[in-house]
Amino acid sequence: MGKFTPRQIALYVVVLVALIAFPLVVKGTFPTHVMIMFFMFAMMGVAWNLLGGYAAMFSFGQAAFFGIGAYTSTILLMNYHVNPWIGLVVGGILAALTGAAIGIPCSNLRGHYFAIASIAFAEIVRICFNNWKFVGAAEGLSLPLLPESLGNFMFHSTKVPYYYIMLAFLVLSIFICWYITVNRGGFYLRAIKESHELAKGMGISFVRYRLYAIMVSAFLTAMAGTFYAQYILYLDPESVLILPISVQVVLVAMLGGAGTIMGPVIGAVILIPLSEYTRVWLGTKGTGVDMMLYGVLIMLISAYQPKGVWGLLTAIGKRAK
Amino acid sequence: MSEQLIQQLVNGLLIGFLYSLIAIGLTMIWGVMNIINFAHGDFLMLSMFISFWLYTLYGLDPIFSIPVCTGLLFLLGLLIYKYLVSKVMTGPALAQLVVTFGVSIFIANAAVLLWTPDFKMIEKPLLTGTWSFGTIQLSIPKVVASAGSVLVSLALFLFLRKSKTGKAILATEMNRNSALLMGVNTDRVNALSFAIGSALVGIAGAFLSMYYYIYPGVGGTFGLISFCIVALGGFGSIEGAFIAGILIGIVQTLGGYFFDPAYKYAIVFALYLVTVWIRPQGLLGW
Repeated sequence: MGKFTPRQIALYVVVLVALIAFPLVVKGTFPTHVMIMFFMFAMMGVAWNLLGGYAAMFSFGQAAFFGIGAYTSTILLMNYHVNPWIGLVVGGILAALTGAAIGIPCSNLRGHYFAIASIAFAEIVRICFNNWKFVGAAEGLSLPLLPESLGNFMFHSTKVPYYYIMLAFLVLSIFICWYITVNRGGFYLRAIKESHELAKGMGISFVRYRLYAIMVSAFLTAMAGTFYAQYILYLDPESVLILPISVQVVLVAMLGGAGTIMGPVIGAVILIPLSEYTRVWLGTKGTGVDMMLYGVLIMLISAYQPKGVWGLLTAIGKRAK
Repeated sequence: MSEQLIQQLVNGLLIGFLYSLIAIGLTMIWGVMNIINFAHGDFLMLSMFISFWLYTLYGLDPIFSIPVCTGLLFLLGLLIYKYLVSKVMTGPALAQLVVTFGVSIFIANAAVLLWTPDFKMIEKPLLTGTWSFGTIQLSIPKVVASAGSVLVSLALFLFLRKSKTGKAILATEMNRNSALLMGVNTDRVNALSFAIGSALVGIAGAFLSMYYYIYPGVGGTFGLISFCIVALGGFGSIEGAFIAGILIGIVQTLGGYFFDPAYKYAIVFALYLVTVWIRPQGLLGW
């Protein structure tokens, strides 16, 4: 996994250049928005993958970290005039600490138990934010408008700067996850995934490495949350803390191929435009049709192609050789 | 003060029995197949809508819809098992976890499309009114639903302990390979457990439709709570689910009473997290 062939490197460079050139060629607001959402969910999928793909901690509670990131930077900006970039780091740290706090009691849970515990945790966070006056409760918060600049992390006339910021975040996340997985920590995580007992027997601290994975994953997801708040400029519990967001993150990773670096990116590039475009095509009349399509897709993928699209592609690639 | 407290306890007990019935259906599937049916809450919602439409179109009271709801949900469970769940049984853990999420998302959104997200209610059910014992008020439909839930839970318990098929299900739950060696057709047991689990939630849905709002999102909350009950009671333990269901019902109403009703579900989820921290296998799990 660690070594790349020249052909792979060339492929990644071409894709990256194409993505950098995209806003220069395609001018519409909506395609740019779809691409931004694609990057954002790809980033969260990559972050989820550290937990679910490599360490078999199937978290269905990523929305909690996403929301903590979004709320932290927004509250800091609104009440204390803290720059959103600092808010981003603070939100990430808070999310990582929350992840650790919840990770310690859950560290012995496996499989289904972990999945349900993560849902329970995210629901607690959602219910609390929904009733907490200080964070706007159910009415939500509107971000104060600052003059547009990179320093203020706010742009009004165009979405293109958001595009590049999110692309940079995604590349950063992929790099971090790649770095972790090719180093010792990644091998430990995979050893734990294969067999808890064996890994313990080899002297790998099961709890510690799982905690590291949760904290990194939470930090990255919270970064995406701050980005989302700065991008949409409005947030309430229903838009950042709900279960469907967590599920979408899992699906992105699962559809592309859990446990592979690029899998979540492939998953997001299929899933996000699919849902964004069906929503536009069907309009408000077709409420829920995009989600129904999703449901069917999940059923088919898990029943007939459980290794995801990336698994399918590598299988084809191997056969071609 | 203390009378109010008793009233809350009674309310908690009444909802708790229904929770138990919902959770028992889920725990059977979980115990036998090691699969969480994330669509369990949506099955409940479907059953409530079946009951609602039977009432609206044919004037059939929910109490008489019970056999129809049970039968249709049994069939639904059988189909979902045959065409989806049986395909992932040997697949990766994540596929097993996610496949029923797909079913859930599909059913919930199809319901929104077909029936709009609006709240519906069965206007004039046969069973209405309250019994009063001094200051304690007992809603008659809730009492009937709870008593029915207890009876069904008991019947299931007897079926599993006494009948040959029931013993085969329990044997498979304990050890799939040994059961297979003893001549149990485990694939048939899987299908049957999934169908029975769905039928149980079908009964619960018919009961619930007598006094609760009927809307596509109703499955979400009940589904989440039943996962917590099952995990709290212990993996695949029917008795555990029964006890945990009652416990959660009481905690929910008392939590709402002593703190703030807005936080009652948060308290339930927190109780679950604390329990699995101390006892990861749940109350009666092993």
